[in-house]
Amino acid sequence: MAQAATAIEQDVMVTVDGTPLKVSLARSLRRNKLKALLLVLPLFLFILVTFFIPIVDMLFRSVENQIVGTVLHRTVPLLAQWDERSGELPDETLFAALAEDFKEATAAKTSGRVGRRLNYEKPGFSGLFRKTGRKVKTIEPPYREAFIKIDKKWGDLDIWRLIKRESAAFTIAYYVSAMDLSYGDSNEIIRKDENNRIYLKLFWRTLWMSLFITFMCLVLAYPISYLLSTLSVATSNLLLILVLLPFWTSLLVRTSAWIALLQQEGIINDLLVWVGVVANDDRLQMIHNRTGTIVAMIHILLPFMVLPLYSVMKTIPPSYLRAARSLGANQFTAFVRVYMPNTVSGIGAGCILVFILAIGYYITPALVGGQSGTLISNFIAHHMSISLNWGLAAALGSILLAVVLVLYFVYDKIVGIDNMKLG
Amino acid sequence: MKHPKFNLLTSATIAAAIGFGAASTAYAETELVVVSWGGAYSASQQKAYHEPYMAANPGVKIINDDSASDGLAKLRAMNEAGNVTWALVDMTASNAMLACDEGIALEIDHDTSLAPAPDGTPASKDFGDMIVSPCFIPQIVYSTTFGYRTDLAKVPPTSIADVFDLEKIPGKRSLEKKPINNMEWALLADGVSGDDVYNELSTPEGVDRAFAKLDTIKDQVVWWEVGAQPAQLLSDGEVVIASSYNGRLFSAIEEEKQPIAMMWDWQMLDLDGWVVPKGGPHHDVVMTYLTWATDTQRLADQAKFISYGPARKSSAPMVGKHAELGIDMGPHMPTDPKNAKNTLLTGFEFWADNADDLTERFQAWLSQ
Repeated sequence: MAQAATAIEQDVMVTVDGTPLKVSLARSLRRNKLKALLLVLPLFLFILVTFFIPIVDMLFRSVENQIVGTVLHRTVPLLAQWDERSGELPDETLFAALAEDFKEATAAKTSGRVGRRLNYEKPGFSGLFRKTGRKVKTIEPPYREAFIKIDKKWGDLDIWRLIKRESAAFTIAYYVSAMDLSYGDSNEIIRKDENNRIYLKLFWRTLWMSLFITFMCLVLAYPISYLLSTLSVATSNLLLILVLLPFWTSLLVRTSAWIALLQQEGIINDLLVWVGVVANDDRLQMIHNRTGTIVAMIHILLPFMVLPLYSVMKTIPPSYLRAARSLGANQFTAFVRVYMPNTVSGIGAGCILVFILAIGYYITPALVGGQSGTLISNFIAHHMSISLNWGLAAALGSILLAVVLVLYFVYDKIVGIDNMKLG
Repeated sequence: MKHPKFNLLTSATIAAAIGFGAASTAYAETELVVVSWGGAYSASQQKAYHEPYMAANPGVKIINDDSASDGLAKLRAMNEAGNVTWALVDMTASNAMLACDEGIALEIDHDTSLAPAPDGTPASKDFGDMIVSPCFIPQIVYSTTFGYRTDLAKVPPTSIADVFDLEKIPGKRSLEKKPINNMEWALLADGVSGDDVYNELSTPEGVDRAFAKLDTIKDQVVWWEVGAQPAQLLSDGEVVIASSYNGRLFSAIEEEKQPIAMMWDWQMLDLDGWVVPKGGPHHDVVMTYLTWATDTQRLADQAKFISYGPARKSSAPMVGKHAELGIDMGPHMPTDPKNAKNTLLTGFEFWADNADDLTERFQAWLSQ
């Protein structure tokens, strides 16, 4: 037995200091893995903090609705028992609770916040809460009459239905609003009045304009890249600088340059009038509309298409085309059947880059878009910094994110994401 | 073994950094970050308020931050993060109301916190109904009014109705891309009296009426979004007439000598002033500065550098000549009797309630 055991022990390979090789190897591998992990850790944390957490926060904000329940914490539980279909106003105990909540909220300066939140759902709440907050200090029972005396809106059943609907900690109201929908009289979801529908139209416009811009970039960039990759190094480097120079110029400068070129009193119109193509009093409207946005954005995004295409084309050996020609293909067939399939990875990368950048583009449409050329991102910015309706901005942003993910999935199914090459 | 060296270097750096920090706090002044609009406006505040104050109080250093255009959004974000670094924020009256509603601005007792007028009138009386919110300390009255090209307009426009009259004033016009002011002007041009504008706008029929009036010029309008745009559009001859802030038009006319003239009929008066962020730094220093910077003389001084009217009644007689151009500023003030025949003060309460809804409708109308 002892002999057999030694035999097994002798079978195990050991290092100089006697530890089995397997253990030693695993140990050193683990150390390397740890080192590698430490190396990517800063980047990982960076992405977590600047990319992942904001997106989660955005998704959370698009449904978050704690303010009503927190501030009106006495009223809301009572409101849950109130039957909104009874056609009766809530009872006196609820109004008494409301008076307490209001006194507390006015002291803590939070009543205005609830007013602002509810004002997103129905205009007038902001004023109602501000007015009530001013007068609630001296309120006395019977509270129901007293509240209605402050503002007769407190006697309106719709007001109470709305507060009840929006008193939960989470809400879909922002998504309802972002889809051009609204709530009807008995809280059923209906389409908004035609005069107030904007977002679906804007999503649709953003989508087709981004696709169009991507397509135009591809059409323009393909010959440029082909030229760059086939010319001698000296000439192609010179031409490449011409592509990169605008790429390095400030976005605002390039956009302003387009304004100077395209406006009605601008260079192109002046030229056309001078040549006699258009009449002086009938100058072309090329900016502050859709045309302006499309032209300026194609120009700004073109390098993002040229560079991946160029880097892929550069790697295609010229001998492929020569081989095709020697096997009897004419110039056209050789190009379409041999050269183009080899550039698919560059086309894929360029298209994805340009499309993703275009769908979230913001400054250029704001400056040259006028009324027909603004995109959904301009409205997200509006709700972020002007109207301060961050919930709606988050909902619009989340929908945009979902649309991009769906398109990405479709792209993966059709082209395959592995077929992408950036250089 | 290179680690000890590395450690030595790191600790030396850290020690140096700590030393620096300690040194700078040791003889540091109190730094106040004051947020304003930048450009000519911040410059006027710098010359009228900041520089004289810093000269008299070497312990205080005022740092300008030009992010007032999204001041409300940033202030809210700071408040949520619990780290408010701004000492004072310049805001329009309607934004100050929002900030007050949100609880991110401090309520001020105007009489105890601000200086009385030279004749002893308490501040709340001197500012009068300019105090539209308990958080708001008014500074200037500005107006959104019209400028037109003297060489391109067929006849000089004289009334708000002319802005909507394509036969009298043919050509493109520029309006701001938001419902505020445009809705009021549409109703005024349609014959509604100034007193009734907001009553009319509070009804659905009134809103329809305003949009119907705007419809008549819709395809001749270039919409502007940034304050610098309308003066530029006028200078380029892209539009014949444009709504703009009167200070911007003043500098296009008097400083850049453009062929532009003012049309003051039914100018929309609006207010701009300070709010003190809740939880901001150096509260006592800020309040001392604020008392000084909003007294009668200081508000009158600011009008030497920019053509906005001081918010105090007692400052008006002290407005003199422009500091550099040497021209009399009185006739360029929105509050000058010649310019103020027909004026309307923006309905802050109305817009606080209706801005969200009407902006949505306005944008939908634009895209139709």
